[in-house]
Amino acid sequence: MSTTDTTKGESKETTSGKELVSIFVMGKKYEVPKNLTIMKSMEYAGYKYIRGCGCRGGICGACGTVYRKPGDYHIYVGLACQTVVEDGMYLTQLPFFPANRAAYSLEAIGSEPEEVYKKYPELFRCVACNACSKVCPMDISVMDYIAAIKQGDFEKATELSFDCIQCGLCTVRCMGEMSQYHIAQMVRRITGSKITPQASHLKAMVDKIKTGKYTKAIKDLKGMNEDQLRKVYQQREMEPTEAPDDWKPADVTYL
Amino acid sequence: MPYPQELKELIKVVEKTRPERVAKKKKNEEVPFLSLEERKKILDYHPDFKEEGRREIKVGPSKGYRIAHEMVDVLEANSRVNPDLVDLSHADYETDVLVIGGGGAGTSAALLAQEQGAKVIIATKLRHGDANTMMAEGGIQAATKGWKDSPYYHYLDVMGGGHFKNIPDLVDTLVTEAPDAILWMEKHGCNFSKFQDGTLKTLHGGGTCRKRMHFAADITGVEIMRTIRDEARNRSQDIRVIEFSPAVELILNEKGECSGALLYNMETEEYFIVKAKAVIMATGGSGRLHIQNFMTTNHYGATADGIVIAYRAGVGISFLHTVQYHPTGVVFPEQAEGILITEKFRGSGANLVNIDGQQFVNEREPRDLEAAAIIKECVEKGKGVPAPTGKFGIWLDSPMIDALSGTGTVEKEFPGKFILYKRFGIDISKEPMLIYPTLHYQNGGLEFKNTGETALPGLFVAGEVGGGIHGENRLMGNSLLDILVFGRIAGKNAADYAKSRSDMGKLTLDHVRTYHKNLEEAGIETDRVAPMLLPDYTLPHVKERQLTACYVGTLR
Repeated sequence: MSTTDTTKGESKETTSGKELVSIFVMGKKYEVPKNLTIMKSMEYAGYKYIRGCGCRGGICGACGTVYRKPGDYHIYVGLACQTVVEDGMYLTQLPFFPANRAAYSLEAIGSEPEEVYKKYPELFRCVACNACSKVCPMDISVMDYIAAIKQGDFEKATELSFDCIQCGLCTVRCMGEMSQYHIAQMVRRITGSKITPQASHLKAMVDKIKTGKYTKAIKDLKGMNEDQLRKVYQQREMEPTEAPDDWKPADVTYL
Repeated sequence: MPYPQELKELIKVVEKTRPERVAKKKKNEEVPFLSLEERKKILDYHPDFKEEGRREIKVGPSKGYRIAHEMVDVLEANSRVNPDLVDLSHADYETDVLVIGGGGAGTSAALLAQEQGAKVIIATKLRHGDANTMMAEGGIQAATKGWKDSPYYHYLDVMGGGHFKNIPDLVDTLVTEAPDAILWMEKHGCNFSKFQDGTLKTLHGGGTCRKRMHFAADITGVEIMRTIRDEARNRSQDIRVIEFSPAVELILNEKGECSGALLYNMETEEYFIVKAKAVIMATGGSGRLHIQNFMTTNHYGATADGIVIAYRAGVGISFLHTVQYHPTGVVFPEQAEGILITEKFRGSGANLVNIDGQQFVNEREPRDLEAAAIIKECVEKGKGVPAPTGKFGIWLDSPMIDALSGTGTVEKEFPGKFILYKRFGIDISKEPMLIYPTLHYQNGGLEFKNTGETALPGLFVAGEVGGGIHGENRLMGNSLLDILVFGRIAGKNAADYAKSRSDMGKLTLDHVRTYHKNLEEAGIETDRVAPMLLPDYTLPHVKERQLTACYVGTLR
């Protein structure tokens, strides 16, 4: 691989025919094939990850990356495992950033907004600069969910923050120095356990199981040989895909 | 990368047959399910049935068992440490319960152990929560709807999916404890998708006779993992998490009881001794071994570490001769190669179609059959769709979902995948996805009982690292369930075991010495070292320049 300089925007071929671009990993230049993700390009360059690499599928939040392009004042962000390299890109990964997290007991608290305000008074230091939303690699409107929390609308905040992968990039940029993703996590758990109606059928089934209602039926299945079991299996009544939720089977013996 | 012109042309074929397929779906007309005889035939195309892909393992408790070369390679390997150099006379950490692995199984185990009054340490290779759990998208099975479903039907589905080979007691526990696991998550504030009145939304998965797949949009695993991780953090007084520090050996005592583990700080390359009254193995799977060179959906850390170190300590393995290939992994765009496309797309109505725009298999067959059918369609029938990378794929016709359930459904129900493809300039509510089977799940693993116990006293197992629950093939939605059900059981029982244990005895790594001797006696001369910890993606052009003759520390 050649190490001679390339001018910006110019790409060239390797001996294997791959078109190369130049990237700058923490300021150091590497030439890597075009079309690779940042993660694969760093591995191409010889890095072996310990930090900054997780699911490699864009969902675990381990590989938050910030970068700039030449002659452009903007800060860009992306997940290293999802973002394709660009020629001249200056990048660094931020696999960890200290964040304030308040411990709480979900059991002991109610669903009032004050529960969250008490734990995270810094919520009210938001100056609505929106740097958090701009830096979110998941395109979440971080500032809007923080606003929803301040307004006490936890359901809205849950919905708006739902795709959060807790990479922490919002926290890096926050003028109010808050750790938005930890706050959102607490809010989502309050919503899930105290605001959204609980599933009554779920509780009913758990109680039914506790009475031992299905113990014998399952014991009978366990006692069957493979052929008998196959037969019962093949005779299962299938719920149609398009059936409504209240669909009922003809055979109710084992319900 | 948006689809190049040649693929756009082929998409037109899919669009042409789509209206008719949508109409069929609306009328509940489906491609017939395979009979048990047809199932047998099609499985010839499954990678598990390739004899040249496996060999007998020559040492250890399951000597003679034929499994994938890649798995045998890590089992027939040396320890990362020379046991003679480890000073076991002191411990760096002491605890009641040591949990190895910080995914869903390990974290739920830690919570339950803590509730029993145990002090817990979670040792994890990467960050807490970096695990395959996080990547599970589709959902979690449980028979929660008493008017149409019960654990009885769930039991049958699990057994049928596993080809009736599953360990019945494990399946019994899985399905009977399932609703309680969901209830537990609900109490912890996990936001499952619900109707207005609180009724949980459920869908079909491959191989299910009732719609019992619960989900949280298309990021069910994320929602479960971040919820229980948050709870573990609330209990940080009792649950200590040591990150970037995988266990590389178990430590026993002179009576052969599991008494801790040797941790390796990957960043400083130091080793640390943890003395524990009980140990829970929850290290997950092994997709990153890239069995038969398949691409994988798995997390960076899925390298079978727990299997390697427990096997050395005398725990047998089962069902590892079968590996699950998820039928639908991304083949194109290349940057997303191997990434899982949840079965929920098919559950929501998307067809699988070949290059001619024709269906060739029912979308709700169990995973191994679905994968085998796709491989057959590409390899034998030549009906695969050529990707620009030279690989072949099959179309997963996601736009059908909007056609069936209204515009905007794909974006709303599958936000994660919608965004992923959007980044590449592909709108999956309008264009289909190109997929191919991808290495997804380790069906087998360490032998264990439905109490979490193993043949090694003091060692408990939970999650993907264990074998037997899913038989020879796991159904969708039963792995998130597995980690919660058996994580909780292992946590509780390990804490009880720790409580009852008074004497720790004298710590030893003799089993490692014995294993080394066994390797030598079996004539295995190798410089392989295991657990592997992380896959090696260093390319040849870099390796050529890595000339260090001898590393002073350990191998990374």
